[in-house]
Amino acid sequence: MSMATPKQDMVTMALFTAAVLSAPLWLSPIGANYPDLLQKFAIYGIFAIGFNILFGLTGYLSFGHAAFLGVGSYTAVWSFKLLSMNVIPAVIFGTLLAGLFALAIGYLSLRRSGIYFSILTLAFAQMCYNLAYSVLTPITNGETGLQLDIGDPHVLDSLFGIEYTGLPSTSLFGLQMTGYSGFYFCAVILILAFFLSLRIFRSAFGMKLRAIKSNQTRMMYTGFNTRPYLLTAFVISGMYAGLAGSLLAVTDPLAGAERMQWTASGEVVLMTILGGAGTLIGPLLGVGLIKYFENIFSALNEQTLHEVFAFLPDWIENLTVAIVNPFVGEGWHLMLGVLFMVIVIFLPGGVMEGIRRIADLPRKFRRKAEKRRQEAEHAAALRAAEEEG
Amino acid sequence: MSADNNKHGVSRRDFIKTTGGIAVASAMPMFFVKNAWAEGGFPNDPGKAKSITLGFNVPQTGAYADEGADELRAFKLAVKHLNGEGDGGMLNTFKPSSLKGNGVLGKKVEYVTGDTQTKSDAARSSAKRMIEKDGVLMISGGSSSGVAIAVQSLCNEMGVIFMAGLTHSNDTTGKDRRKYGFRHFFNTEMSGAALAPVLEKEMGNDRVAYHLTADYTWGWSQEGSIKKYTEKLGWKTAEAVRTPLGAGDFSQYITPVLNSGADVLVLNHYGKDMVNSLTQAVQFGLRDKQVNGKDFQIVVPLYSRLMAQGAGENVKGIYGSTNWNWSLQDEGSQAFVKSFGQEYGFPPSQAAHTCYVQTLLYANACEVAGTFNPCGVIEALEGFKFDGLGNGPTEYRAEDHQCFKDVLVVRGNMNPTSQFDLLEVVQITPRAQVEYPADMLGGELGPCKA
Repeated sequence: MSMATPKQDMVTMALFTAAVLSAPLWLSPIGANYPDLLQKFAIYGIFAIGFNILFGLTGYLSFGHAAFLGVGSYTAVWSFKLLSMNVIPAVIFGTLLAGLFALAIGYLSLRRSGIYFSILTLAFAQMCYNLAYSVLTPITNGETGLQLDIGDPHVLDSLFGIEYTGLPSTSLFGLQMTGYSGFYFCAVILILAFFLSLRIFRSAFGMKLRAIKSNQTRMMYTGFNTRPYLLTAFVISGMYAGLAGSLLAVTDPLAGAERMQWTASGEVVLMTILGGAGTLIGPLLGVGLIKYFENIFSALNEQTLHEVFAFLPDWIENLTVAIVNPFVGEGWHLMLGVLFMVIVIFLPGGVMEGIRRIADLPRKFRRKAEKRRQEAEHAAALRAAEEEG
Repeated sequence: MSADNNKHGVSRRDFIKTTGGIAVASAMPMFFVKNAWAEGGFPNDPGKAKSITLGFNVPQTGAYADEGADELRAFKLAVKHLNGEGDGGMLNTFKPSSLKGNGVLGKKVEYVTGDTQTKSDAARSSAKRMIEKDGVLMISGGSSSGVAIAVQSLCNEMGVIFMAGLTHSNDTTGKDRRKYGFRHFFNTEMSGAALAPVLEKEMGNDRVAYHLTADYTWGWSQEGSIKKYTEKLGWKTAEAVRTPLGAGDFSQYITPVLNSGADVLVLNHYGKDMVNSLTQAVQFGLRDKQVNGKDFQIVVPLYSRLMAQGAGENVKGIYGSTNWNWSLQDEGSQAFVKSFGQEYGFPPSQAAHTCYVQTLLYANACEVAGTFNPCGVIEALEGFKFDGLGNGPTEYRAEDHQCFKDVLVVRGNMNPTSQFDLLEVVQITPRAQVEYPADMLGGELGPCKA
C-alpha cells in the first residue's frame, strides 16, 4: 500500500472539509438536504469512521458497537436532564462513558479473535440491549425511551440562573441544536473525527494495527504484545460510537433501547463494508448510501412513483411502477440487499474499489495506447530494417 | 520542494490555501440556508401555495402493522372527502362543521406517509423528515402510546400540530400532555371506569386477577387503571407480569398463571401481541379451568375488531372496551362505514375511525380559526364541542386536550353473522361515568410558541 504524503493528506482534509460543510448545497438535487438527514449523515459518519478504526485496520469484526452508541445516547440525555441543556457536557460524558464500557467489553472480548470475538461482542451488546429494554427501566425508561421532562433539575443551568418555561431544547451556549445549526455542530465534529482517524491511519500505531491484521501470529513470535494495541483501538472506536450516540441525543433529546439492538450493530458493519473497509472515505460513502436509502426510498409509494414516471407512455409507466414498487417503501431493505450483494460480489473492496477502478481507467487506456504505439513503432523499425537489408 | 523537508509537510502557502478554503466553505451555508420560520411566523406556512400537506405516520411493520394499514386507509379516505371527492362520509353528519368539501381554507389537501416501525426513534425520524422536507402542517397517526408520546413531544418542539391516532395510555394526555398534541381516542382510565361495573355484574366481587402487561407506557397505564378499578370492586391482584413488546411467544408467561391461584387473566396486550397471547391462553385450556370454584375468565381491556379477527374463535365471550365499533347505528358511524366499505370492501376498525375523525377535526379547526397558524388551530380545538362523528356528543377538553365521550364495553360475539361481526356492544357507558378531573393525571401543556 502506498502511503500518501502529508501534503496529499492536507488536500484530502481540505476537500473533505469543503464537501461536508457545503453538503446542504450539493445534496439538494437528490432531495437529501433537509436537516434531519444531514445530521444523520454526519452522526453515522462518525460512527462508521470509528468502527473502521477497529475493523478496517485490525480486521477485528465487532458485532456489538451499537451498545456504545446507546450508552452515549442515554448518558447525553441524562446529562441534559440532570446537569445542563448545553451540549458540551453531554458530548463529553457520552464519549467517556462509552469509552469505559468499551474498555470493559473489549478487555473480555479481545481474549479471542475471529468469529469468537464477533460472537462475544454480539453477546455483550445484546445483554446491554436487554438491560436497557427491561431490567434497567428506571434508568432507561424501557420501550418508551428516555425523554426530557418539564420537572428536570438542570443543576448547572439553574446555577447560572437559566430558567426554562415548558420543555427546553438542547443548545450550544444559546445556539439551538435543531435544524441546520445542529447539522453544522455535527459536521464540525465529523471533520475533527475524520482528521483524528487520518492521523491514526498514518501513525506508527496505525501501522501496528495493520500489522496485526496481516499476521498477528508473526507479530507475537517476534515478542510483540498485541493486546494493548488492540484494546486501545477498541476503546477509541467505542468512544467514536459513544460520541455519535451523544450527538444523536443532541439533535433529538430522546434515547431508545432499539438504538442498541443487534440490527443497529449490523448496520454499521454493512455501511463500512459497502463503502470499503480499511479506507478513509469508504465508510462515509456507505453511511450516505444506507441512510439515503432508508430515508428517501422508504418514503416513496405507488403514488409518488407514478408521478416520477409520468413522462412515459401509460402502459410502460404502469409496468415500470409495478417492477419498481416492491423495492421502495416498505421494501427498501430489498433494494439495499440487492445493492449489497452486487457490491460484495463484483467489488469486494466496496464503493471505494469501484471509484479506484474508474479512476484507473484513463491510465489503463493510456498504457494500452502507449503499448500499441510502441508495437507499431517496433514493427515499422523491423520493416525498415528488412527493406534496408 | 522545500515542503517535503518540513516535518509536518505544510508550507505557508498550503496553510493559507487550506484556511481560505475552509473559511469560504463555512461561510457558504450562510447564503443558502433558508429559515423555515421566516414566512408567516410559524413553521411550514403554506402562504400562497395552492395546496397543503399533512403527514400520516403509521406503523407499516411490526406488532401493530395491521392497525397502521387500516389507519392509512382512513387517512386517504379523509383526504378524499376533504377535497370534495367521494360521497363525503362523515362530512355530512359532522356538526357544527365549517368544512365545505373544497380542501381546507380553499387549499387542496395532499399527504405524505411514513413508517413508525413502532419504534420511537424511527417514528421521530420519519416525523422530522415530514416536517423538514415535505413541509407538513400536521402529523397524525401512530398505534402505540410510546410512539405517540415521542412524536407528540417532537411536534411540540418543532411547532407542528400532532393529532394522535390510536394511543390509549393515560400519559399521552396525562403527564406527557403537550400544547401541540390532541387525542380523540379514549384512555385506560376511561376503560377501567367503564369496564369495572360490567365485570362486577358478570364475574362478581371476589375474583383474583393475574395481569400480563406489555412492558411500555401503555401497558403500565392500563395495568394501573384496571387494578385501580377492580380492586375497588374487591378483587385481588395475584401478580402483574411484564412482557416485552412483540414477544411472539407467550407460553412461558402463561404457564405460571395456572398455579397462581388467580381466576381471571387480564391481558394488557394489543395488536399481534394480544392475538398471540389470547390464542395461547385458550390453547393452554385456561378457559375450561375451574379455579376457586369459579369459571376461569379472560379479560382484554382494550379490544379492536382487527385483533378479534386475528384471534378468531378464541374471542367468543371475552370482555373488553373499545373506542368505536362499526356496528353502531348512529348516523355518523353508518355514513363512515358505508363510504369506507365502498372504498375498500370491508368495515373500518376503531383505529381507522379515530384517525379519520382526527383529520376532519384538524381541518375544521383550521376553517374555524381562518388560519393554519398552530396557535389559532389550538385555540379552535380547545373546548370544541361536536357531534355526528360516531361517538355521540363529544368535547375536546381544553385543560388536557383529551376528548370526552361515551365508552363502549364489548364482548366477543358468540354467534357472529359475518366475518366482521365479531364484537357485540354490551353497554354504552355514558361520558359522565368515565370523566375525571383534568389535574388528576398531572402534566403540563406548556405555552404556544408562535
